[in-house]
This record gives sequence, structure tokens and C-alpha cells, in this order.
Amino acid sequence: MSTGLTAPVAATATVTAPPHSRPRKTRASWRPGTTRTGTIAANVAAVVVVLIAVFPVYWMLNTSFQRGVDIQDSSPSFLPFGHGTLSNYRKVIDRGFFLTALQNSLIVTLLTVTCALVLALFAAVALSRLRFRGRTGFIVTVLLIQMIPPEAMVISLFKVLDGWHLVNTIFGLTLVYLVFVLPFTIWTLRGFVAGVPIELEEAAMVDGCSRFKAFRKITFPLMAPGLIATGTFAFIQAWNDFIFALVLMNRPENQTGPVWLQAFNEGAKGTDWGGVMAGSTLLSVPVIVFFLIVQSRMSEGLMAGAVKG
Amino acid sequence: MTTHPLSPPRVPPAPVAAGRRRRRLTTVLLPYGLLAPATVVLGLILVYPLIKLIMFSVQKFGLRQQFGAPADFAGLDNYKRVLTDVQFWTVLGRTVAFCLETVALTLAIGMLVALLTQRVGPKMRLALITSLLLAWAMPPLSSTIVWQWMFDTQYGLVNWVLSTLGQSGADGHSWLSNPLSFYFVATLVVVWMGVPFVAFTLYAGLTQVPQDLIEAAQLDGASARQRFRHVVIPILMPILLILTALSVLWNFRVFTQIYVLQKAGGVNRDTNVLGIYAYRISIGESRFDVGAALAVVMVIIMLLFSLVYLRQMTKTEEL
Repeated sequence: MSTGLTAPVAATATVTAPPHSRPRKTRASWRPGTTRTGTIAANVAAVVVVLIAVFPVYWMLNTSFQRGVDIQDSSPSFLPFGHGTLSNYRKVIDRGFFLTALQNSLIVTLLTVTCALVLALFAAVALSRLRFRGRTGFIVTVLLIQMIPPEAMVISLFKVLDGWHLVNTIFGLTLVYLVFVLPFTIWTLRGFVAGVPIELEEAAMVDGCSRFKAFRKITFPLMAPGLIATGTFAFIQAWNDFIFALVLMNRPENQTGPVWLQAFNEGAKGTDWGGVMAGSTLLSVPVIVFFLIVQSRMSEGLMAGAVKG
Repeated sequence: MTTHPLSPPRVPPAPVAAGRRRRRLTTVLLPYGLLAPATVVLGLILVYPLIKLIMFSVQKFGLRQQFGAPADFAGLDNYKRVLTDVQFWTVLGRTVAFCLETVALTLAIGMLVALLTQRVGPKMRLALITSLLLAWAMPPLSSTIVWQWMFDTQYGLVNWVLSTLGQSGADGHSWLSNPLSFYFVATLVVVWMGVPFVAFTLYAGLTQVPQDLIEAAQLDGASARQRFRHVVIPILMPILLILTALSVLWNFRVFTQIYVLQKAGGVNRDTNVLGIYAYRISIGESRFDVGAALAVVMVIIMLLFSLVYLRQMTKTEEL
């Protein structure tokens, strides 16, 4: 679980301006080149950036719709529509354990997201709403734990889970993912809970709500962006992980999507790029769709989290 | 936590003599109850394996232990073995170099893209953000495989473009079997994946720079470059520092990208980074003891580095 979405930055940066303040229309700024040439240059540069960002994704899609003969042709075809074919997708889906692998990925991911949100919400409420002994100690521990590189823990985790007969189980893998997303989720949600003034809850309690009901009716809905942001984080981490699934799920029927795809990629040895790209596309689509759906709400969440609580 | 519906809500709760003690007790225990699930999971699946890891690293695992014999205590032998191995220092040096190079590139490009995002009009901005989001959302495994395909020896797009442009010898050039060009491709992959997050975060930071500060600086006669250098950069500093730290942490332990490219290129020995090296020693060679020592060394390096990160975090936000 290395790259991907992590945004402690947003959660920790000290930002005081209102979250949605846009830069003002006046171009009186430190920015160079408010001239027409500058604008043109900026737009050209932006187009280049867009192309570089999008091209690999396009190339994956493009190859996935091509026949083997076209892929291995001496000059590549840039448009898939000439001889567009779905045979690569059919081949991948019919291939042994592909659907099982996707299903495994989906179950592990959803379990991780649900458990992470529940556990982190509990912890976040305790850390930001209640005063108790050991509070600072817990926070420091969580921060320290976050610094342990998961990659260094693979081997001993394998040994420990093996001893508990949890290797090759969805439950075992979920526990591992949970552990590596919890510190960040707790840390971020803590900021969101703290961001809702306790006076709001107290006002509801004056109006006759129980403390629990006040939290559920007032604070919880206001935290929605935070839950979406942290849920997305957990989703991406679990769905994208390669190394833990590689070591902990070593039977073909227990593979997750990424492990299946890499096994297919290694086996194909560069002879079936259409199939590999189709598999790659099927693995990417769920997370891209998910990302685009929550995108606007998430950036809202990340920005709101940036406001110091 | 139940409060009588009509009682005043503020803590301390209404003094109902009988229920008072019990309520106190639940109030005292509540935070611990809320923290318990997370603590149990973290303890069992993280702290316990971490202790196990340290224990493995001071034991000797051989063939006998594979068949269940208790491991012998080996003191610091494994560490001695790791630290006196030339291979380890080569790998460490390579890991640090790769990490610094990719972080520098990611931050520089990310900053430029953030500035660009602020500079262009709303439509172009939307296009930029959406396409970066797309690159960001791709699973690292998928995007690494796509790059592997684009740099494919036989049918890859890059070789085709180069030979079309008249680069003789590009046809059938094997990028991944030479360590240097291997790292060129690896850098491309890692930076391509890393830029969107950095760009988004810096763009968010840029939109929060107070406009009046910039106007004031302008009135005082500061040039655009001076305004950027002396107004914007200091305001962005906390974000820049944390982004640097995070990128270092991520790129230091890069695994998936190198693993996939190694499988495609076939040169393992000269392209290993620390994470892969530890994995190969433990799983490939079944030397769990030495692998564990390596992993502990890796954890220590990261924790030392993280102290900086933590100090920055505690500086910007009170606990």
C-alpha cells in the first residue's frame, strides 16, 4: 500500500481561509505573464499535461479493444474502432479464477472500508470529544504506527497469520488492510469530529435529545464529507494493494484482482497484450468510476478537513 | 450515554443521587470502550507482528527450524551479516538515490502543474483536474503494466515512435534489461503516479493564499518572482514540507512498480531496492532471519526520517 490517495496533508495543514474561497477574478497576483502570450503558453502547457496524464489510460483502453494481429502490426493503430473487438474481454472473463479474483477484491475492499469507518469513528469521537488519561499517548502511538512501512511487515505478518490459520482467508487479509488504513482514518476523522462545534450538540440536547441522538442527528451528518474522504482512502488502499495479497493469498482461488493480473501478465510474456490490457482495464474501471463519483464531494471533504478543528 | 430527556444537558449530568455513581463510571470508561476495538486490532495485527519481527531478527533460522525445531538465539549475527554485506549497501544507496530523484521530480512537476491549474481558465482547469484524477485513480499495478507495454521491446509504442523519428537501433531495444534505462522507465512510472496528489494538494494550498497579501506586496513594488518567492512559498511551506516527507516515505519503500518491471526485464540483482531485496531474501531464499533483520533496519531508517515529519505535524497542529 504505497502510493494512491493519502491526504494527511490536507488534514494537517493549517489553513484559515474559508474552504471554498476561489482566487479572486482580479489577475493582480504574483503570477507571471498576465499577457495574452502568457495565457496561450499556459493553455498549451495545460494541454500537454492533460495528454501526458490521460495517454497511458487511453492506450490501455485502445489496446484492449484490438485484435492480436493489429497489436503486433509493424505500425500501431491509434484508434481501436477499425477492427474493434471484445474478444480480449471475453477471453479474460472466461479465464480461470478471474471473476473469483474480482469478487475477492470486492469483498475484501468493502469489508475494509466498513470496518475502518466504524472503528475509526469510535476512536475519533473518543479522541476529540472526551478528555481522559492516555489520550495524548494514544495519538502519538497512532502517528508513530503510521510511519512503519507496511512492506517491512509482510514476512512477519505472514508468519503470524499462518500461525492463526488466517493465511488464504478473506478475514485475514481484511485485518491486515484494516491495520494499515486505521491510523490515517482515525487521524482524519478526529479532525472532522472536532470541526463540528460541540455547542451544536449541546443545543440539541437542550431540546431534549440524548447525547447519542444529538451526535447522530447533528455531528454525524456534518461529517459526511469526512467519511467519504476517509472511506475513499480505505477503498483505494484495499483495492490497489499488491504486495500483501501476493504473499498472504497464494492459492489461485484466493487471489485478488491485482495478483491475478500480474500472474496473467507474467505468464503471457508479452505475447497477449490485448488480454493483459483488457484485464488491466477491468481492474481499473471500478476504482476510476468510484473516484469520479465521489470526486466533488471528496475534494469538499479534504478541503473541509484542512480547516483546523 | 443516556441523559434523561428533560435533564439539563451540560456535563456534569443532573445529580440523580442513585444513578450518579454508575453514570460517573460509564463516563470514565466510555472513551476506553470506544478506543478498544481499534486498539485490539492494531495490537494484534501490527504491534504483535512487529515484536515477532524483532524476535526473528535475533534468531537463527535454518533447515531444522523449518521442521519445527525451536530457533536458536543468534544475538546480532543477522544484523552483522546484513550490515557487512556489500550488496546491502549497494541496494541502500540505490534506494536512497531513486527516492530522492523521484521526490524532487514529483514535487517540481507537481508545483508547476498546480501553478498551471491556477493560471488557466475554468474549463481548462476542469480538464486538468479530471485527467490528473484519472491518472491518480489507476491502480499502481495497472498503470505499471501499461507503461511496461508502452516500453515493450517488440511491439511497444515508444520503440515505434523512436524508430519512426529515425532513431536507428530503437527497433527491438530492450529498455528493462539495462539497469540505467530500467530506472529511467521506473522513474517515469513513479513520477507519473505521484504528481497528481502533489499537484492537487499544492493547488488547494495556492487557492488559500490571501489575495490582499499579494496585492500589498505588489503595491510595495515586488516583482512577480519576488512575490512568489517571498509571499507564496513561505505560506505554502508547511504543505511543501509535509508533501516532501510523505513522498520520501512512499518512494523509499516502492515495491509494486519495481517488482513488475523486474519480472518483465529479468535483471533483478542490479535493480533491487530495499523492499524488494528484503522480500527476495525472505521468500525467495527462505532466510527469514536475515530478511527480518533487513526489515528492522528498514523500519529504523523510516522511523528516524519520520521524526522530522512528526515534528512538523506537531508544529502545525496541536495534539
